[in-house]
Order: sequence, then C-alpha cells, then structure tokens
Amino acid sequence: MPDATGLELIAQELRDRDEDGVLDTVFFRERAAVLVSPASVPATLEALRAKGYGFLASVHGVDYFPEEPRLGVHYELIDMTKVDRIAVRTRVPVNEPTVPSVTAEWPTANHQEREVFDMFGVIFEGHPDLRRILMPEDYEGHPQRRDFPIGGEPILFTHNEGDVPGWWE
Amino acid sequence: MEIKRERLGSGADGEFRARQLRARDMLRGDLEGPELEQHVEESVLTTTLDKAANWAAGNAMFPATFGLACCAIEMMSMVAARADVARFGFEAFRASPRQADMLILSGRVSIKMAPVVRRIYDQMLEPRWAIAMGACSSSMGVFNNYAIVPADKFMPVDIHIPGCPPRPEALMHGIIKLRAAVLKQPDLGWRTRYGGRGTEEVVSDEELGDVINVPGAGRMGTSA
Repeated sequence: MPDATGLELIAQELRDRDEDGVLDTVFFRERAAVLVSPASVPATLEALRAKGYGFLASVHGVDYFPEEPRLGVHYELIDMTKVDRIAVRTRVPVNEPTVPSVTAEWPTANHQEREVFDMFGVIFEGHPDLRRILMPEDYEGHPQRRDFPIGGEPILFTHNEGDVPGWWE
Repeated sequence: MEIKRERLGSGADGEFRARQLRARDMLRGDLEGPELEQHVEESVLTTTLDKAANWAAGNAMFPATFGLACCAIEMMSMVAARADVARFGFEAFRASPRQADMLILSGRVSIKMAPVVRRIYDQMLEPRWAIAMGACSSSMGVFNNYAIVPADKFMPVDIHIPGCPPRPEALMHGIIKLRAAVLKQPDLGWRTRYGGRGTEEVVSDEELGDVINVPGAGRMGTSA
C-alpha cells in the first residue's frame, strides 16, 4: 500500500505523462486512490501496470446520488510481487455515462464491465460485447442506481389471493 | 427350526406358526370351508383403485434433484444420516424431471431463473407436486427486490414451508403434510385450487369424443 506521500509521488508521475488526467488523490483509511478523468482511464491503468500494478482485481460501479457527476467506476489494481494495491476512480454524469473500455488490455474487465453496465448503465466504449450479464435481456432499467425503485412484489397470501394478480390470470 | 413370535396377532402361543401353516395349505389348495373364509378375511384388503393409486403415489414421491440456493443445503441434509427422510420414503432424488414427481423449490427464484424452473416443472409427469421451501420462494423473504419472483407467480405450489431456511425436520414435516393431502384429499390438487381446467394430460374417453378414440385403433398401448 503506498502511503500518502507515495500516492502523491505516483500522482505526480501520472501528471507528468498527462497534464489533465489526474483530478484528485484520495488517501482514506490506509487506502490509496487516484481520481482521473474518464478519457484517461486506459492510459492511467497502463502507466500503473508499468509500475508493477499488473493485476486488475475488480471493476466496480458506484452511484454517488445526489452528488454530481453521479456515476463512478472504480478499478482496483494489485501489485502481486510487492503485495500492494491502488485504486483508480473515475466519475461520469448520468446523462452521458460513457467510459472507454479496458477489455482489450485487461481481459478480466470483460464481464465486470458488463456487470457495471447491467447494474448502473455505464456504457463502456469499445467493449466487444456490451450486453446484460445478470438481469434478463429484456429487463428495463439499471437496478443498482439509487433512483431505481427497490422493487419487490405484493406477497401472495390466502386472504389476498383474489386481489393479487397471479400466474393463472 | 420352529419360528415363534409371541406378539403377532392375538399374541396367543404359536399363532404365527398356525398362520404360516394355514397359508401353506391355502397355496396347496387344501384349505376349505370356514378356514378358507377366515384366511381370506385376514389377509385380503379391499379398497378402491383410486385410493390404492394415491397410496402408492403419496408414499414414495421422487423429488427432483434441483437446488436453488441456501435452502438446498437443508434439503440435502434432509436426505443425510441425521434427519434421514428415507424413513418416510422420499429419499430417491431423481436426476431427471421426467422421473421425478415432486419439485422442491429450495431457495430464491430470480426473474431469470423462473422460466427454467417452470420448464423443469412442465417436464415432470403427472401426477406431480411442488413445494415452495423457505421464505424466498414463497414470499421472497429478505430478497424482496427487483430481481426475485415468488413461485406462486409462475407455477402452482402445493405446500409452502416457512423458515429461513427451514430445518430439515420442517421440510420433512411439509412433505408428510403433502403426503396426507395426497392420501386423504386427492381432489385438493392445484387444478382444483387454481381453477386450472383443460390442462389435464390424460383426457377421459368421453371428453375426447370421436376425435382420437377410433374403434379398434387403441390408445396408449391398450386395445380399444
């Protein structure tokens, strides 16, 4: 785990490569994260891979409602030799939720980007097969967004059997 | 060697041996008169064909090997040594729905899984029964959200077993309840409860009319 100073050094290296790429750094509870712009995600991941963070452990989606830009995508990178990890985060607005896909460089991102698309509606440009992975194909909406109704159905008991629409109708 | 069991029948000394000898005489054709009458009275049971069929169907259901979620662990332990549902005759889990006549919905059913479950239920042969095991498949339980659907929405369920998950004993109790329903109230099937008329697989000859029942053609392996 890079400490706060190490994180700043890494961020400075990234800024040297791309002036506007790194927006912010977060060091919270011994966890280091770099906040970057969506367009610079692939370049940032490649730069960190060159520094030894060669394993993309996971890709998450986050909904920061009501903050703007609302949707976030987190990339969790691990250095398997130094046993060290760093997170790369990016934020996109909900009306234009496009992030470049990193599936070509990191094949493990394939299914995880599909899951983020399924649950949060983030569109990964350049993904070879961006369709739903968990919900049915004809499902409408992205259920992990904060403004999505939690759902559920009226529960069928004997006393309200007549009122609840059932399979036999 | 003389077989002697004191507690069978009236408990009179040597009665079991006497029965054995009487049965042997009957097979030889030597038993006549009131002795034959008594033997038949003791050893023959009369019932209706429906009752006999229900007795056979209800006492040894074959559950489909089909686990959905955490409840499936309890379903498996029901078959294992401690609970041992084989005591009641429901231990033969079949690997194919074609051989099974009981579907235990052991766990939550997601919207994506529901068509699969329904197809498995449809593939089972009549008579068939379904058990919604646990809170999720009955009322969606703690997973009452966008992804889960209760079993009643897409298939007829005969028994709901509450619990999260139900203990193996609870599942066995539900199966025994289902057995009682099959034995005592066979008309209380899902067709009666849900008004599912016109869904019978085997239709009586009167309902078929002359469409298939051509004289001499035979149907389902029997001569007309």
